[in-house]
Amino acid sequence: MMEIRLKLNGKTITDHIDADLLLIDFVRRHGCLSVKRGCETANCGLCTVLMDGKPVLSCSLLAARADGHEIYTLEGLQQEAEAFVGFIADEGADQCGFCNPGYVMNTIALLRENPNPTDDEIRAYLAGNLCRCSGYEGQLRGIRRFLNSRAEGGSHAE
Amino acid sequence: MITIHKYVRAQSLEEAYALNQSRRNRIIGGMLWLKMSTLNIATAIDLSGLGLDTIEETDDAFSIGAMVTLRQLEQHQGLNRYMNGAAAEAVSSIVGVQFRNMATVGGSLWGRFGFSDVLTLFLAADSYVELYKGGVVPLAQFAAMKPDRDILVRLIVKKTSASFAYRSMRIQRTDFPVITCAVSRVNDCFCASVGARPHKAILLRDDEGILAGGITEESAAAFASSVAQRCPTGGNLRGSAAYRTHLIRVLVKRAILALGGNA
Repeated sequence: MMEIRLKLNGKTITDHIDADLLLIDFVRRHGCLSVKRGCETANCGLCTVLMDGKPVLSCSLLAARADGHEIYTLEGLQQEAEAFVGFIADEGADQCGFCNPGYVMNTIALLRENPNPTDDEIRAYLAGNLCRCSGYEGQLRGIRRFLNSRAEGGSHAE
Repeated sequence: MITIHKYVRAQSLEEAYALNQSRRNRIIGGMLWLKMSTLNIATAIDLSGLGLDTIEETDDAFSIGAMVTLRQLEQHQGLNRYMNGAAAEAVSSIVGVQFRNMATVGGSLWGRFGFSDVLTLFLAADSYVELYKGGVVPLAQFAAMKPDRDILVRLIVKKTSASFAYRSMRIQRTDFPVITCAVSRVNDCFCASVGARPHKAILLRDDEGILAGGITEESAAAFASSVAQRCPTGGNLRGSAAYRTHLIRVLVKRAILALGGNA
């Protein structure tokens, strides 16, 4: 066992862990159940969390490596997500919903890094998030509608 | 599945090297490929606390730390200016942004993987790796070496009068490549690096001077044919040897034309 100390969704946490505990299991142990197992081969993006602001795959990252770093999951970014998830839902892009947390986390990272992405930039940034229901066009339309609405000064509620 | 009994964030390269002399211990890079193995690791040695996560540019070279991520390669303006965008082109189809925020240059090169876009790219440049005990070794020489217990500290890309272009073929975006090609003109010498053959990348030079008279449709096609003839290929589930040889002919020609300003 080893001790790690990190910030999870703004709260400092100290824990004793096994050396091979993966970050996905660590955050789920601490109540962040939006982070889910998908492919476990680092290909599907379902387990995306932000480490020091950058999207990473928690299924392939040792919790030990997160020692001293800041981790955010969807549980800590609800307000930021609320700005655009309604637009995605309106486009029917959330069918089974399994991929949504990973999609939302990576979209947050995209919009922080590039607040006004083109459609090609959206496709490129979200290429590491797999969805087996929607064919990806719904997510793209939803994000595009959000960006257009924001440019016009609107919000989803309006 | 891997089992790790102890994790050490090394405080120095000497500590990491000493730990790495035991065959039961393992240096972890981005851990994306390593995690797919079945391994029982006594001590996982993490280099992430050693400041090897930066790209330093001087007048003469780029020094790329072993823990620099593929995303950093993709986004580094100086490196991409020097390589005509080839660094970004080479890595931008590797899975997704999250993956590229984790996969490291050191891990990509140390593995000498057949599918490596990173090895293909840098073989076409005047590149060297700095090994902790082995010193500075040309990348082509390193690629031919068998893995040992040394540590790859950094990649050095010397700045010369050069231009680059990169092309690859994937059955589907984010998949492993079927073939990878980097071409360069370094100090008026043309060469092509071809990877995912499916074996690891090799470097083939224009020793016959096919492009010495300039880049035209004809000379680009002739050089591409020469590379395709000399480059050994094999088959796997992504493509046959014959298909790969055909792709080499097409992609090397396109990349050479891109070098000449005709993408």
